[in-house]
Formats: sequence, C-alpha cells, structure tokens
Amino acid sequence: MPAMARASTTADVFNAVAEPRRREILDALAGGERPVGDLVAALGLAQPQISKHLRVLREVGAVGVRGDGRQRLYRVNGHALRPIHDWVRRYERAWSERLDRLDDVLEELKRTEAEEGDGDGR
Amino acid sequence: MAGSRTATVTLPTDEEILITRVLDAPRHLVWKAWTTPELVSRWWHAKRGEVTVCEIDLRVGGRWRQVAVTPDGMEVGFHGEYLEIVPGERIVSTEVYEGLWAGVAEEDAATVNTMTLTEEDGGTMLTILVRAPSRAARDAIIESGMEDGLQDALDLLEEVAAAA
Repeated sequence: MPAMARASTTADVFNAVAEPRRREILDALAGGERPVGDLVAALGLAQPQISKHLRVLREVGAVGVRGDGRQRLYRVNGHALRPIHDWVRRYERAWSERLDRLDDVLEELKRTEAEEGDGDGR
Repeated sequence: MAGSRTATVTLPTDEEILITRVLDAPRHLVWKAWTTPELVSRWWHAKRGEVTVCEIDLRVGGRWRQVAVTPDGMEVGFHGEYLEIVPGERIVSTEVYEGLWAGVAEEDAATVNTMTLTEEDGGTMLTILVRAPSRAARDAIIESGMEDGLQDALDLLEEVAAAA
C-alpha cells in the first residue's frame, strides 16, 4: 500500500473517514469520551494502529482529546464532520422530493383501487 | 408524520449508497408505480423537466431507459439492464448516466442498484442500495445529487412563488 500517498491525501475530513476503521472509531466514540484502551478492546486492533488512526482523525479535527489524570480521553468533534453531513443531505433531499412525487402517484392508485372495489386491504 | 416521510440516505461502505423510506401504500401498488412507464415518468424526473423516454422491459436481461429534457433544453438520460426480478419484492438492475465525461467507460461508472420492498405496518418500506464500482464513482453520484437538490429547491421556490 502506498503509505506516502495516503498520508498526503488524508488532510481533509472526507478522506479521513474514507478508511473503514476510522469510521468504526468515530462510531465507538459516538456514545461519549473514551480512553484509547477502550477503543483497542472495542475494535480488536493493536494500540499502535488505533493511535495512528486517532492521529489522522485529530489532524482533520474529527476527534478531540483531553488529559484526565493519567489517561487521555478521546471524543468526536461533530462540527468537523458537518461538511460530510451536508454533502449527503443534499442528495437525500433530492430523493425525498422524488419520493414525494411517488407518494402522489400512490395516493391516486389507492383511490382508483378503492373505487374499483378491488381495495381488499392488501 | 411529515418528518417520517423524509428519505434517509446513508453510506454503508465506500462504494455504496443506501436510500430508505417508508411509503404509505401497499406493496403491490408501490411495485406498480415503480414498474409502469406512464407512472414512473410522473415521479422519477418530475423536477428535472419533461420525460421524453421511459422504457421498461421488465425481465432478466431486459433493458430500461429514461430520458428527460430540462427546462433549459438539456437532455438527461439514464439506462441499464435488469439482472434479477422478484415480482412485487425486488429488482436488481444496472444504471448508467448517459452524460458521462468523454473517456469514462460505462463499466467504470455503472452502478448496480437493488430495490427492495417489504411490508411494514400497513405501508411499504422501500430500500435502494446503490453499489458503485469505486469510491470516486459513488462520490460523483452524490455530487450530482447535490446539483439536483439545489435545482429542486429552486424549482420548489418558483412553484411556491407562483402560487402565492
């Protein structure tokens, strides 16, 4: 794998979350702050790998960290993930509007079926 | 109720898009609206312009094609082939946008779409899983949806304004 090339393309949040393991880390952090040891247990990866992924996520701001006594707690930074959410939302809206039109067609089909006495509640 | 009518879009993997929505109609009617050309042409491209072609040869190996002309005269066409059909329940088909950039091969852009209907609380759960050949192709589809979404919003605004 071209590790060098990857390193140069992870600078934005879209690329950072393209890696499935990093999405798993974000999922695991969605419930709240967790130390790296929890992530090791949750994902079944070795700590150096988890730490590497956390570093990429921190570089794009998707994950934040704070010290708490001896341990460091990681958390999701939802604000940094916002561009991805917005990106998909527009596509979602296009589908919503298309299916709203489908709703209109379905309402008409339901009426027609009821009028034809074929509306047996199927 | 209005909130539950929003389609939900998620990205299960790097190459996939999953669209889900509950429809307030029995499954056999959703199937009819989805597979009858006169009905499909009323909702599929509704916001993009007038549908000029809607062909559905609903059998395995059969082709489908839809073309719409946008208000500014641009033709937007899609076509594909049916790979699997379970009447009333499931359609697996390919889909390719006909306006690909020169030099982009169909096989690098065609998606495999699985449409599934399941009964749910008197309504029908519609799920569409779009599987693209690469993350780049998947992302391009979402980008195009972005334009549609924007255009839809503008069209909607016009309608509302005209009705006021």
